[in-house]
Amino acid sequence: MIRSEILKEIAPILRDQLVVCNIGIPSQELHAIDDQPSNFYMLGTMGLASSIGLGLALAQPKPVIVIDGDGSILTNMGTLPTIANNVADNYILMIIDNGSYGSTGDQPTYAGRKTSLAKVAEACGCENVIECRDVDTGEVLQKALDSGKMHVLVVKCDSGNAKNPVITMDPVVIRDRFMKAVQA
Amino acid sequence: MNIDKKIADDLVANDISFVTTVPCKQLAGVIEEIDQRDDIFHIPSNKEDEGMGLCAGAWMGGKRPAIIMQNTAIGVTLNTLATLIQYYRMPLPMLISYRGELREPVACQVEMAVHTKALLAQLNIPTYHFHWQKDVEELDNILKYTFMCNKPVAILTDANFWGGYGDQ
Ligand SMILES: Cc1ncc(C[n+]2csc(CCOP(=O)(O)OP(=O)(O)O)c2C)c(N)n1
Ligand SMILES: [Mg+2]
Repeated sequence: MIRSEILKEIAPILRDQLVVCNIGIPSQELHAIDDQPSNFYMLGTMGLASSIGLGLALAQPKPVIVIDGDGSILTNMGTLPTIANNVADNYILMIIDNGSYGSTGDQPTYAGRKTSLAKVAEACGCENVIECRDVDTGEVLQKALDSGKMHVLVVKCDSGNAKNPVITMDPVVIRDRFMKAVQA
Repeated sequence: MNIDKKIADDLVANDISFVTTVPCKQLAGVIEEIDQRDDIFHIPSNKEDEGMGLCAGAWMGGKRPAIIMQNTAIGVTLNTLATLIQYYRMPLPMLISYRGELREPVACQVEMAVHTKALLAQLNIPTYHFHWQKDVEELDNILKYTFMCNKPVAILTDANFWGGYGDQ
């Protein structure tokens, strides 16, 4: 499965949750599949989805799901110790590990070669780290939500992108409607 | 006057309850003070752009954030300031130790000091420079201004403000 097929499958789970979504094609895909005010789309700033999501989870009680990428985790690897040492049980970091920088043309990342992000997360002190296959994503994500425990999910999947238009919504509009969804 | 206490008091008085830090020798006292406050959640970050991501999330979650960092981190955070904090219009007070200024003993620090104000000006970031201890009296107004206009705002604090470096 490629990322867009996974997002399509888990859209019913994401719909009712606060979602912080990774830069580029991941956000475009989520926006095209099921745009919600409770989705925070990153339009830039590669690497910070996991940090934004953690700050959000620590600041308020609703569950937060971060849809991140292997390349973005690699570029902000310092995020994993911060996550591990500041446990927020309403936080789920879901790393779509397609082994590539998808948005920029599927160039391979080191996560697709020798580097295991699940092992890195564990070594950083993260608990409830689960590596799963693409086909099991929905089940694993739902279980993580139901557990009420912080989770790091590493979803191993194929490289590839769906063709969708860029997001033209103004960033302040994205942010404002998201904050209203947080408060709702 | 204890500057560290005064700064923490002003943060609390302005309802700032989420503070991320990356240490600088000059900031050791204020970081320790913040760490001890019950009304502030202190979350050290590993890199300042990561810290700004945490602050952005905390603010959207309803908490007022602040970041405490060294001026060298301006080089680390330019992209984050432009494409996250400014693009989505978020408030972020940045208490910055201004290394490489008068009374600096480490020559390398001067190399970023000479770019610090130019970079902040290029980004249209409102910038205040504390040189004398009494300048801290402005902090309360600067914090109010930051959350009024929803912008990142820089407060540069040099060695003279902190009472010298090495001989303090
Ligand atoms: C600082 C910076 N460097 C590079 C880019 C270009 N870029 C945007 S998205 C992306 C790939 C992200 O890969 P990953 O997080 O694995 O997400 P995927 O698209 O594979 O799901 C890159 C390299 C950028 N936006 N910012
Ligand atoms: Mg990827």
